[in-house]
Amino acid sequence: MKKMQVLQTVTIRFAGDSGDGMQLVGDQFTVAVALAGNNLLTLPDYPSEIRAPAGTLFGVSGFQIQFSSGSVHTPGDTLDVLVAMNPAALQVNLKQMKNNGIIIVNTDAFNERNLELAQYGSNPLKDNLLDGYQVFQVPIASLNREALKESSLSLKAKNRSRNFFALGIAYWMFNCSLDNTLNWIESKFESKPDLIDANKKALHAGYDYALSAEDFSTYYKVEKANKRPGKYRNITGNKAVALGMITAARKADKKLFLGSYPITPASDILHELSKHHNFDVITFQAEDEIAGVGSALGASYAGALGVTTTSAPGMSLKSEFTGFAVMAELPLVIINVQRSGPSTGMPTKTEQADLLQSLYGRGGEAPVPVIAAASATDCFKATFEACRIALEFATPVILLSDEYIANGAEPWLIPNLEEVPEIEVKCATNPENYQPYERDPKTLARMMALPGTPGLEHCIGGLEKEDVSGNVSYDPENHDRMVRLRDKKVRTIADYVDDPEICGEPEGDLLVISWGSTYGSVFTAMEEIQNRGLKVSWYHLRWIHPLPQNLGGYIKNFNKVLIPEINLGQLIKIIRSEYLVDAKGFNSVRGLPLRVSDIIEAIEAQLEG
Amino acid sequence: MAGESNRTESMQLAPDDFTSGQEPRWCPGCGNYSILAQMKKVLPELGIPKEKFVFVSGIGCSGRFSYYIDTYGVHCIHGRAPAFATGIKLAAPHLKVFVITGDGDCLSIGGNHFIHLCRRNVDITLILFNNRVYGLTKGQYSPTSGRGQITSSSPYGSIDNPFNPVRMALAAGASFVARTIDRLPKHLAAILKRAAEHKGTSFVEVYQNCTIFNDGAYSDLTDPERREDNVLFLKDKKPYSFGKNSDKVLDWTGNDFKVVNISENKKQKKLITHDECAGHPAMEFMLASLSENQSMPTPVGVFRDIKSDTYEDMLKKQIDSVEKKKGKGDLEQLLNSGNTWVVE
Repeated sequence: MKKMQVLQTVTIRFAGDSGDGMQLVGDQFTVAVALAGNNLLTLPDYPSEIRAPAGTLFGVSGFQIQFSSGSVHTPGDTLDVLVAMNPAALQVNLKQMKNNGIIIVNTDAFNERNLELAQYGSNPLKDNLLDGYQVFQVPIASLNREALKESSLSLKAKNRSRNFFALGIAYWMFNCSLDNTLNWIESKFESKPDLIDANKKALHAGYDYALSAEDFSTYYKVEKANKRPGKYRNITGNKAVALGMITAARKADKKLFLGSYPITPASDILHELSKHHNFDVITFQAEDEIAGVGSALGASYAGALGVTTTSAPGMSLKSEFTGFAVMAELPLVIINVQRSGPSTGMPTKTEQADLLQSLYGRGGEAPVPVIAAASATDCFKATFEACRIALEFATPVILLSDEYIANGAEPWLIPNLEEVPEIEVKCATNPENYQPYERDPKTLARMMALPGTPGLEHCIGGLEKEDVSGNVSYDPENHDRMVRLRDKKVRTIADYVDDPEICGEPEGDLLVISWGSTYGSVFTAMEEIQNRGLKVSWYHLRWIHPLPQNLGGYIKNFNKVLIPEINLGQLIKIIRSEYLVDAKGFNSVRGLPLRVSDIIEAIEAQLEG
Repeated sequence: MAGESNRTESMQLAPDDFTSGQEPRWCPGCGNYSILAQMKKVLPELGIPKEKFVFVSGIGCSGRFSYYIDTYGVHCIHGRAPAFATGIKLAAPHLKVFVITGDGDCLSIGGNHFIHLCRRNVDITLILFNNRVYGLTKGQYSPTSGRGQITSSSPYGSIDNPFNPVRMALAAGASFVARTIDRLPKHLAAILKRAAEHKGTSFVEVYQNCTIFNDGAYSDLTDPERREDNVLFLKDKKPYSFGKNSDKVLDWTGNDFKVVNISENKKQKKLITHDECAGHPAMEFMLASLSENQSMPTPVGVFRDIKSDTYEDMLKKQIDSVEKKKGKGDLEQLLNSGNTWVVE
């Protein structure tokens, strides 16, 4: 008789060779627990090589998911369950295991060669390395072959479905329904009945194996989470960015034009948008990063919503055009899905080190509004807001996302479109007295006249403009005035966006200030800190330029300020110089999200120090 | 929608309607004045309303062109005008878009954008002002400067091999490729007009004299005494004849051109003729290369003019077919796609 145990929160990681289909298994498992009503957050973690040599440590591809009946804001620091398809996957991930955690290994892959590639001197399944864990040794590959012995597929093709066998085991262990994956297999392999049959059989075989094997004595249940009512779906940050852009273009009654050059980890936005030609979406795969932003800006000038997507090194290439957009005062949205740098760095790993580049990385005084998305789902709102501000203020806007939230998925309460505001963009049509650099007295945005409008012909460009008329000007006083006007225009945006709210009391011992994708880790750390009754509050920035209006007041009310970042301290420079406060940083630049436990320790250290 | 005004107004346009309030500040005697004058003459002849013209220029002396012509204009950044112009044309295909560029702007810093514009065949007319020198930065050698050219940055002579812009455009797949000279106003106007009327990427190299830093670069082709022996006017379906009395002609030896006197062609051997829409641009390549050979005439005129699908037409076709298949996008449905679940 099998036992059932209820758990609140589980972190599981599927790991194997990059060709083992671990991302696919992870995606399927994510949907299954989402459909079961759990909260969740995922962390795909894969090498930048498409098919790294089999069995190697650097070729290990992982997919981690934390799911819970409570709240979830990170993919989990440590693992309750590891599914390791080979020795390398075990070697890479073992250090993250919780004591007494569950390890399911594919014993078939623990041969001499793979052990050597994984740098194991002896077989960890036979020595005492795994003492202290619940280890399930399953010959996944051979059991799967046995289950498929009647299939007409080649041996190689049969082997390829072993990831579904592993998924079947996980489904049994966490009491998940197979239905969604079975349906997915049918639609995915529509015209290939052999494959449908084999993959379905593999999934069932894994499930049935765990059901009948004696050592699998316990299965687990995670209850439905208590969530805001509504309709949900899973969404990654990159997909949410794409949907945010389409929605903004619709609400502004504009065509959406994406000019982009492929770059990890931003390319998925290009892929997604390129599917949606029927939404007034034009995607243009440019010859380079510069043409990506240049074409987007040209499209904006001609009346579309021009957007470009990139990551850190691509961002550097877009600098000059961004400066041009500042001078020409044209709307433009630049999405930077940050990755580990500098240079090529670690393209599939996350980082927050492009903040200063975004704020200052241009020649001249070139102020650009910068907004950072906090989570995968927040990418939708943040993108919408970036587009709104770009259009309403005729300015380039930089949206910072990063690899972690771009590829990570979480449940998204699908917004009601009627509640999403319209974006109103006025363009000049009256030829009487049109002045290209006349400004709206409130927003300071200049009024654009779209090419094609009769009687409003004029020339814009990168040379300094005379205030109001927009004629070329080298007048010293005019230049000083224009530099200040462009700066003021961007600062004015603070009047048109919501200030974030402080989490916790408005005064106390320590204020934690964070931005971007550290939201989830800091949230989770703060839950624990505030549960302990410590006088620590938290402020998560959304717009970093301009800074929110209420932040300065809060900072004064705390004895200390701590700023955790995945860089060597970039926001902290801004906060220190802007508010003259002796803020301290917590910095970890490992290509990974911050660990909750590290943040808690950093907070404790501040309180003690 | 803005920009959809009717075309009748354009019929009354005159060159002066394109004179902007800005006084040109090119050096006296600069070849750019001639190009500006001829462009103003050509625009009213195109039957396009004034507000639909957009001139996008890069950096350099040529870049100022956009300020001096009273249409929509963008004085863009160095070398990137083709990228910006491509965005305009794809977002608003009803506009007539020109790119004005120079040899440094187009072929050095902007070389990548230039070749990709040509290969995509976006309906944009690109005019290259080639004076074989950097003017605005005070006379450094450019990617079209000759070997040995003495300039401010090559006091001992340039050791760079020059680009041949016509050959580049042909190689990159431009569907219209021509060359003309600032000092040949009628020819210049005729070429500009044909280029502007061409559907697809049209490329015009204008040999343009820089009076300050490279004066006389084209004097062999413009000097009244010599020019007729040195310039070959390309005419479609006609032999390659040139010379003071049209007494010389190019013949094809099988692997190169040679010059023969018409009178020597006594046997009335059939002369090869120019074909602007040849299936393969190999012959045009050879023709373009003649400008590098001192003993051969320099061809000007239209090298190539072929019909080819434009990028924006193919884009529209693709969008239409997706819309036909999937229907006009329903945003509500898109947001709600994939696996969804309801929390009560």
